[in-house]
Amino acid sequence: MKQSVFLGTLAATTLLAGAALAQGTSTLQTVKDRGELNCGVNTGLVGFAAPDASGNWQGFDVALCKAVAGAIFGDASKVVYIPTTSSDRFEQLTSGRIDMLIRNTTWTFSRDTDLKMDFVGVNYYDGQGFMVRNDLGVSSAKELNGATICIQTGTTTELNLADYFKANNMTYTAVPIETNAEGEQQYLAGACDAYTTDASGLAATRAAFADPENHVILPEIISKEPLGPAVRHGDSEWGDVVRWTMNALVAAEEFGITSANIDELATSSQNPEVQRLLGTSDNLGGMIGLEANWALNAIKAGGNYGEIFAATIGESTPIGLARGLNAQWTQGGLLYTPPFR
Amino acid sequence: MAVVTEEPKAGFRLGMLIYDTRYRSITIQIVVLMLVMLGVAWLIDNLLSNLAALGRGIDFGFLWNRAGYDINQTLVEYTNDSTHARATLVGLLNTLLIAFLGCIAATVVGVIAGVLRLSNNWVIARLMTVYVEIFRNIPLLLWILMIYTIFTEAFPAPNAFRGDTPAASMVMFDTVAFTNRYTAIPWPMFDRSLGWLPLGPLWLNLDLAAIVAALVGGFLLNRFILRRATRIQEATGDRPTTWWQCTLALFGPIFLVLLALGTHLDSPSLQGFNFTGGLQVSNSLVALWLALTLYTAAFIAEIVRAGINAISRGQSEAAFALGLRPGRTMNLIILPQALRVIIPPLISQYLNLTKNSSLAIAVGYMDLRGTLGGITLNQTGRGLEAMMLLMLIYLIVSLLISSAMNVYNNSVKLKER
Repeated sequence: MKQSVFLGTLAATTLLAGAALAQGTSTLQTVKDRGELNCGVNTGLVGFAAPDASGNWQGFDVALCKAVAGAIFGDASKVVYIPTTSSDRFEQLTSGRIDMLIRNTTWTFSRDTDLKMDFVGVNYYDGQGFMVRNDLGVSSAKELNGATICIQTGTTTELNLADYFKANNMTYTAVPIETNAEGEQQYLAGACDAYTTDASGLAATRAAFADPENHVILPEIISKEPLGPAVRHGDSEWGDVVRWTMNALVAAEEFGITSANIDELATSSQNPEVQRLLGTSDNLGGMIGLEANWALNAIKAGGNYGEIFAATIGESTPIGLARGLNAQWTQGGLLYTPPFR
Repeated sequence: MAVVTEEPKAGFRLGMLIYDTRYRSITIQIVVLMLVMLGVAWLIDNLLSNLAALGRGIDFGFLWNRAGYDINQTLVEYTNDSTHARATLVGLLNTLLIAFLGCIAATVVGVIAGVLRLSNNWVIARLMTVYVEIFRNIPLLLWILMIYTIFTEAFPAPNAFRGDTPAASMVMFDTVAFTNRYTAIPWPMFDRSLGWLPLGPLWLNLDLAAIVAALVGGFLLNRFILRRATRIQEATGDRPTTWWQCTLALFGPIFLVLLALGTHLDSPSLQGFNFTGGLQVSNSLVALWLALTLYTAAFIAEIVRAGINAISRGQSEAAFALGLRPGRTMNLIILPQALRVIIPPLISQYLNLTKNSSLAIAVGYMDLRGTLGGITLNQTGRGLEAMMLLMLIYLIVSLLISSAMNVYNNSVKLKER
């Protein structure tokens, strides 16, 4: 009896010890060895990351996962999509369950420093807004005094909301919810007067309603929400891969490289920067541990930034977002990639 | 015959630790204990060094930072400028509130259901069986979500109460409104309120304290009158008339206190998006309370039934022979004895209910799990610290409930002299 207790304790200790995660190896090497990219995405936000009717993940964020997989493996399909909620996303990343997090996540000081994330850029400049029913007769967020508001818990929006109502001397009742789907259900049932999240998320949510015309997104944008991909702190090489893949998509739009003309430009372009980007001259890929044609493959995965935007959340889609701040710097937007040299 | 044996005074040798049966079991236990402690120490060291490698030590300093978020139900003063520690306190009080309400209601429902399940009336007994089997065999989370969804879908939004011909109307003389967010009920307000007495982190509401004092005082006075009546009855054989004294003792003080405070009922009315005035009891609280009550009461009913069945049949037969009616037999003979069997398992049901209340997160009720283990954890990213603190608090609360119930158990258990 005593012996079996002793052996049992020994076995349990060994098992637990084995489960402790060993950190320290390079993420890029891990991903290459695994042959697949573990990409943390939203549990379901139409336009950004949601499975389509046949179960394939589609969307603006998903396209970046594909581009990174394209850059590493030359095959955009080598991605495992891991849905994350607003509350478990950072743990998923720090624990190594996902390699990169691209889930409408706002880049903030404390997340970048205290939470030990590394945000590698901004793929969508957003701001927090409110959605209400038309028949409520509200035309401005300043009229929401006393309203009941549905809000995703564990997000920056929760803090912005408190600040905004405080600054405007108004009160509200918060209905905390866990996922976008739950928020949608509560809002549609009338359990809250307004639903607040990033304006892009509101547009995406409204697009999925049966009667989108009966809901209005209020004009006030109450915060800056730069949404971008995040990786674990302390692995700069992996961060470089994700950062420059995203920059490559932005640069491609700037230089007019599209999925239609990319093969032609790769062989015939006389623009030295395009040549460097597509790996015709120099070997930029080698500097970040990838093939010379990494950017070519990344862009081929879903087109350049503009093409991805138009196909997933642009004005021709049900979500209907304008480029706005997310236009190229030459078009009055904020997209400005450092040079490829 | 007296045998005097002299212990051999052999010196202690190290080998005796293994070969001497007197020491061997102790040796093995100490070795196992040391190995277990070594293993635990190694695991903790592993965790700490992994955290250090990530650049994150264990630090509870975040508790004193500004929380920055709002909580929809607060029993004590709280704004988004308060600290995370304050938010934790708010959550803890919400947990205690639901646990308190749940334990009381579950006990009442459980005892009634348990007694009725033994009823001679076939229909009632079978109905109670159906209730018990349905509630204890379906996961609690599903009940919480189901009741909450029914509230959300079945009741109208506050908007429906608006206009000249509203789609919904208030009930109980226009004082109570059921909406899909909360139930708005009238609530007493005091014109001459006594205010608050600051006592560290918890402020004492003097109005509430005065009311509680009046109620307790009235109750004690009532008991004194009844005891005095019993004493006189035992001495003289005549019991003095006490009904008007008792009524006065029970209701007099509370009436005077309420009058002195200038009490009036504040009825809810629709203003803007929501009802204002009165008290708004959120649907998440009611749904959670109902689900916890009905679920736990099903288990308590079984405990009560077992307790009653444990009392020998001769007890009730003797009571009937003395001419006691079935109701009085149950209240005076059976239940007091059954309590001895019922209390110990009842304690674990109370603990279960308290711990199960952490499912509140499913319906957005801001309990301890929702504040410290939810929003605070998410906003600060201090997962390990928040979880450890959460476990510690639940442990302490459970131990307190358990020890309080054990005190009660000792007072009712069979006294053997």
